[in-house]
Amino acid sequence: MIRIFKIALRNLMRYKRRTLLTSMLITLGVLMVILFSGLAGSFKAIMIGQITDSNLAQMQIHKKGYVSSIDTSPLNLTINQKGYKTLEKVFKENPDIEAYSPRIKLSAMLSNFKETTNVRLNAIDPKKEIKVCPNVSDRMKFSGSEIPDILLKQGEIIIPEKLAKGLKIKIGDPVVLVANNKDGSVNGLNFTVAGVIESLVGPQGKEGYMHIKDAQSLLRMEQPETIEIALRIKEFDKLDDVYTDLESALAEFKNKKGKPAFEIHTWETLSPFANIAKMIDFMTISMKLIMIAIVLISVLNVMMMSVYERVREIGTMSAIGTAPGKIMGLFLAEGLSLGFISTLVGNIIGIVGIYFLNIYKIPFAFGRNTIYLLSPTINLSELVWVTAIVLLISVFATLQPAYKASKMEPVDALGHV
Amino acid sequence: MALVQIDNVSRIYQTGEVQVKALQDVTLSIDEAAFVTFVGPSGSGKTTMLNLIGCLDKPTKGKVFIGKEQVDTFDRRQRAAFRGSTLGFIFQAFNLFQVLTAYENVEYPLVMIKNESISKRKEKVLKVLESVGMLDQKDKFPDQLSGGQKQRIAVARALVTQPKLVLADEPTANLDKKSAVNVIRLMRNMRDEFKTTFIFSTHDPGVMKEAEVIHTLEDGKLV
Repeated sequence: MIRIFKIALRNLMRYKRRTLLTSMLITLGVLMVILFSGLAGSFKAIMIGQITDSNLAQMQIHKKGYVSSIDTSPLNLTINQKGYKTLEKVFKENPDIEAYSPRIKLSAMLSNFKETTNVRLNAIDPKKEIKVCPNVSDRMKFSGSEIPDILLKQGEIIIPEKLAKGLKIKIGDPVVLVANNKDGSVNGLNFTVAGVIESLVGPQGKEGYMHIKDAQSLLRMEQPETIEIALRIKEFDKLDDVYTDLESALAEFKNKKGKPAFEIHTWETLSPFANIAKMIDFMTISMKLIMIAIVLISVLNVMMMSVYERVREIGTMSAIGTAPGKIMGLFLAEGLSLGFISTLVGNIIGIVGIYFLNIYKIPFAFGRNTIYLLSPTINLSELVWVTAIVLLISVFATLQPAYKASKMEPVDALGHV
Repeated sequence: MALVQIDNVSRIYQTGEVQVKALQDVTLSIDEAAFVTFVGPSGSGKTTMLNLIGCLDKPTKGKVFIGKEQVDTFDRRQRAAFRGSTLGFIFQAFNLFQVLTAYENVEYPLVMIKNESISKRKEKVLKVLESVGMLDQKDKFPDQLSGGQKQRIAVARALVTQPKLVLADEPTANLDKKSAVNVIRLMRNMRDEFKTTFIFSTHDPGVMKEAEVIHTLEDGKLV
């Protein structure tokens, strides 16, 4: 076997320029896949992190039917105290859940005493919210340069930046919030603007923030009620598994009509960025397909040329008694060696490239004054996958020429001019 | 005792609508350890005869025996195995593997066909290289050797598996007269040393003189 690969390598070196060109092409394909996967993966991870860690959370639980009517911010689809405690028990029993945070979503009228406008608000328990969305303050601007330990206290409100500009409201200004409760009665409360928040793409990206207890008072809730429970899990990679576990756990809770009482959604079904993430995955797969095409065409071409140029040699091998299987093996070893060396070089250059991209990070801006730095990574399984595909395609591309060589009649091959 | 027995063999090639009778009803036998040549003009059937004896081709009619085996009935795989175990080949254009050194060329059949151990291989290769006087050239690649040296390596490669029969189609055609005679004498010495039967073709009168048995072919018939 070692001798077969030794002969194969020498045969590859026989046509140095052709082998080098083909090898460079395969190396380039592998490098392209590694760098693109690393950069795209890094971009995707940052964006998903930004979305889930700043406002959406990784998963959300609502009363059944809430998400389909989310645009109207219905106040009649709330989770009562009993329901919330039941869910808390489910969360505590699941070791994969890191944190959860209750929210109330509401629409209200905001007035600066001169003008009034609509505002959508996310009422939160700040301590719990920070655990679920650790980057929630990234888009926020407060009076000082420091971010307060507790985002907001009772009686404070954080309003969307554009709205603040439109109504000429500054941080520290008093405002009034007026809201209808679920029975239709109106209530108003005074608040102080604690900060402003930059808008973000997505359904929950233009909301202001207030304290959940203020929301319960404003909406005249006699008992604490919740509209949304945001969840964070310990390992993001386990999202689908945890989602499945929770979905089956929640399915046990029925409403009075015997239908599921709750619904659970991952960030993917709540954010339009999920489609962009899918597009990134699709582009990564496309890159891999291009690499496969490069390997297939280049190895097939070089091996066909190799067989065509060595007909007499194949005839000699066959005449002196080399079994057809071994002749085939010689050519397969040649194609495999070409693929292996090229992918090895591609992997090494790719890893070095990723290393340098991590030193000289590529910056991009997204959100409030935040410069994100792409820090591409490539995991071992991705490298193994790329290598395995290249080797498999190299062997596949060599099969036809190698089979042709093994089937040559020595008497015809020896007479080939 | 006959090593090769050819009974009423014919080989007809069909090229389009034209039939070429390369060999017609040939019957002959060749003894063990013989040093035999087929002579005749171009197209007389020398190469066809060697191809049939060498299991590279099958007769259209008749039987070919080598030892006790009727080789004309073998399928492709059996013929390859038989060639590897029983026959050796020397080619007009030497047909050495360009990417292998002289040593590796001689070693090739032992690695690829016989699957012998490294120590046995080394012993056999060095012995045969010494016999053909090429031990000092063993690390050179074919393009670093002269024509005569290449053919010596080819002879060594043919003999290293200790075949019963070595076939050589015009082994001296690409060599100058002196080298040609030297190669034929080397082959005869090898026959003497290893008791191997040598069958070769030539139309060089100087080479013919070296053969012990001469079969003349004309228009596919023995004359």
